[in-house]
Amino acid sequence: MSTQIPKETEETEGSKADAEAGVPSKGDVRRAEKRRRAAEKREERRAEEAERAAAAEHTIELRVFRYDPDVEEKQEPRFDTYHVPFEKGMTVLDTLIYARDTYDSSLTFRHSCRQAVCGSDAMFVNGGQKLACKTQIVDLEEPIRIEPLPHADVRKDLVVDMEHFYDQMEAVEPYFQTDELPEGELEEQRQSRENREKVKMSTRCIWCGACMSSCNVAAGDNEYLGPAAINKAYRFAMDEREGEDVKQKRLEIIEQEHGVWRCQTQFSCTEVCPKDIPLTEHIQELKREAVKSNLKFW
Amino acid sequence: MSQSYDRGLIEDFSRWREFEAGMWAWIFHKFTGWVLIGYLFTHIAVLSTGIPASGAETAVLQAGTDVYTQTIVSLEQLLLVRILEVGLLAVAVFHMLNGTRLLLVDLGVGLESQDRSFYASLVLTGAITVASVPTFVAGAF
Ligand code: SF4
Ligand code: FES
Repeated sequence: MSTQIPKETEETEGSKADAEAGVPSKGDVRRAEKRRRAAEKREERRAEEAERAAAAEHTIELRVFRYDPDVEEKQEPRFDTYHVPFEKGMTVLDTLIYARDTYDSSLTFRHSCRQAVCGSDAMFVNGGQKLACKTQIVDLEEPIRIEPLPHADVRKDLVVDMEHFYDQMEAVEPYFQTDELPEGELEEQRQSRENREKVKMSTRCIWCGACMSSCNVAAGDNEYLGPAAINKAYRFAMDEREGEDVKQKRLEIIEQEHGVWRCQTQFSCTEVCPKDIPLTEHIQELKREAVKSNLKFW
Repeated sequence: MSQSYDRGLIEDFSRWREFEAGMWAWIFHKFTGWVLIGYLFTHIAVLSTGIPASGAETAVLQAGTDVYTQTIVSLEQLLLVRILEVGLLAVAVFHMLNGTRLLLVDLGVGLESQDRSFYASLVLTGAITVASVPTFVAGAF
């Protein structure tokens, strides 16, 4: 391959001159031929793969949501069907990667770690918010219907705009703050084991946005902080090292009009969270904390 | 700006097959709440028509020919009203039971079994409703 690179550059230059002259150059012809051959090869490979998929004992039928605002013919949302050979331990993400690499390289979706750590591949699978890399095919009914997360702007295919979700996360100041520093500059600021246990589950959030997407209240009220952000607030408000003043500030944030009181305990977020965070429980606890801090008569 | 793939309200609720217990509980609670409010106002309106009875003679009241008694009796003769009463009981019982469930949820008690407590309220509502049918429908036919 590498030896061909200089040759191609030459051809490009040559073709420019020829194009000006208005006659198809040898280079043009050759390139057209090459393109044709590549297309043929691709077709062949596709046919082969399709054959293999058909021959495989078990193929999965995917119905994938497709939409691309930049291409005129794809502006109308549609569903594409793919058949993917089943392998043991296959996840929804694996099937999507197979479909993209084999059938249609324009199929767009986010993914990175493939092990439920980065939180980039939350999708709407068979009518529920799922983390694609954590969802086993065997647990799903076929055909598998894959759509982008509901209640979010779709950028392309399965990619949604997460900006709003991130804004809500930032709104609760999701970082450690304290006014009670330990003495001695090199002193560690330790947390008790019990306190660590208390916030343990809430620290697991991977910012996938599944909870927010599943929440009917969040869908109807764009300003609602949403389960993930409130859970973030919980993680810090319950951390004893932050001190009373900071906790008060945090409670003020979460008890404003579009904070915890919007939650109507549907439990949708708790059901869909791929990290099994008891979101509703945390929201309820913050509600009680807020009431308690407002009812102090002494 | 990208175009929004807006599923809208219809899309949301056409997913009802995938709804989990908590979601159903929420929907039923909303629904029964509105039914109870509707009933409350009908109740007030209907009973208000019987107000003149308060000025009636004792004898008329004892004979049961006053406007209040007449209204109630004629309503209770309708099979439809009897059936609606069973429905009202079901709605009220569910709203109470699920309200208790929500109270527990607010107190942070048993959140892990919130789905089971919802099913329990449903079953209990069903049982109470069925048990009430003989009382409500007696003599309507
Ligand atoms: S709380 Fe759970 S569902 Fe929500 S963003 Fe975090 S990991 Fe995802
Ligand atoms: S790919 Fe990272 S969470 Fe699924």
